[in-house]
Amino acid sequence: MQYTEKVMEAFQNPKNVGEIENYDGMGMIGSEACGDIMQVFIKVENGVITDAKFKTFGCAAAIATSSTATEMIKGMTVDEALEVTNKKVIEVLGGLPPQKIHCSVLAEQAIKAAIEDYKKRSSHK
Amino acid sequence: MFYFDHAATTPVDSRVLQKMLPYFTENFGNPNSQHAYGRRTAAAVDEARDTVASLIGAKPNEIYFTSGGTESDNWALRGAAHANAERGKHLIVSAVEHPAMISTAKELQKEGFEVTFAAVDEFGRVDLQKLKDSIRPDTTFIGVMTANNEIGTLQPIAEISALARERGILFFTDAVQAAGALKLNVKEPAVDMLSFSGHKFYGPKGVGVLYVRSGVRLGKIITGGHQERSMRGGTTNVPGIVGLAEAFRIANEEMAQNNAHVSAIRDRFIARVLHEIPYVKLNGHPKDRLPNNANFSFRYIEGESLLFSLDLAGIAVSSGSACSSGSLEPSHVLLATGLPEGLAHGSIRFSFGKENTAGQIDIAVEKLKEIVVRLRNLSPLFPKELKNEVYDKEIK
Repeated sequence: MQYTEKVMEAFQNPKNVGEIENYDGMGMIGSEACGDIMQVFIKVENGVITDAKFKTFGCAAAIATSSTATEMIKGMTVDEALEVTNKKVIEVLGGLPPQKIHCSVLAEQAIKAAIEDYKKRSSHK
Repeated sequence: MFYFDHAATTPVDSRVLQKMLPYFTENFGNPNSQHAYGRRTAAAVDEARDTVASLIGAKPNEIYFTSGGTESDNWALRGAAHANAERGKHLIVSAVEHPAMISTAKELQKEGFEVTFAAVDEFGRVDLQKLKDSIRPDTTFIGVMTANNEIGTLQPIAEISALARERGILFFTDAVQAAGALKLNVKEPAVDMLSFSGHKFYGPKGVGVLYVRSGVRLGKIITGGHQERSMRGGTTNVPGIVGLAEAFRIANEEMAQNNAHVSAIRDRFIARVLHEIPYVKLNGHPKDRLPNNANFSFRYIEGESLLFSLDLAGIAVSSGSACSSGSLEPSHVLLATGLPEGLAHGSIRFSFGKENTAGQIDIAVEKLKEIVVRLRNLSPLFPKELKNEVYDKEIK
């Protein structure tokens, strides 16, 4: 198993760990049985993601992609953030071992779920 | 760097290496050759075979050298299944066997054999009543390991041996993890076949043993030349065999002192972890386990992230978790004990060796505590109402 240095760094010193109390959107994907769960919180102002935080139960790759993906979407509009695919996250991390690709899908899905949640909430306002 | 993964493999003991070295260079002859070079190495292999045989209460012609535990397990199960197929096609192996057995059993299922995977209790011990109930008139083979590789649980092989013997069923035990840690004797309890591997007790990799009691009908799986009394082809791994025998001799000779040391530090480790880290479960049997094994599930944490954090802190361990092995399934052993999947994903095996010290244990516990708190802080599963904390060492 060969993790890149960027993966190891993001795993060891992840950014954006935690929860946002008054979040505008929250998404949680995965299951304990599968061995990974990612929870993403976003704060949105005028359609722009001003803050993103996460909590992840999972392997080093899951934690690293969580950190990187939340870092990437900060400052993006929600529509731009929907374009953040796991491929792009992997690129930023300099690659992932093949058997770890599924972990990066989790981050993409959790972000999408958080944005959907945001959209649902704002349409009810 | 602390190495706590001796169940995976061990370093070669320098005394073993010294004994092996001449067989790479000056004594390089093929023991099947008719000349002096061959005679010299043939004598070394004979001596190794005698050593192994006498240490397990067997005759030298009941010892076969193989490429390791996996080949020995494959050979015992597949070879016995095929050679006895006209008597029956039902095989029993425990649900917690090594993949070398489980995968082979699954292959045999595809070939038309029926396999019962014998259930275990919460400690990973084979349920004797259920095993007994699963025996059929066409059962030809029972395979249960002496000690489990993940959780270290010792199996009731004396009772299983008796069950098999009464009914004329072949009994095989995979002693890969037990060899070097427990005295093995193929007559006490009686086994028809037994396997082990050199590299688990400070011997070389790539060499193993299959004991086959005289009279047992066993087919071949590797066909070739006349090596191993025409039962296992392939040029004899002379340095490996010499090394395995020497390592096995030393391990048996120094067993009492090694076990006393290793179990003392292992017990210290278990006691400290259970006392100082909350929401931890010790997997396997509290007493009937290998002296070097500790296996824990850390709740709310996934095993691979714990493994890598320990690795970055200079501590080498192994994880029964899915992600590290590349599959999504958590350890089949832990699931067989009834452990919920989430906890099975958070399991870590620590297996200690003779070169580890109590000082290493104490440092490792402190690092482990920091890592557990960090990863629980990251975990969406850690309940908000709980305090994410660890406790101080008990002052004695």
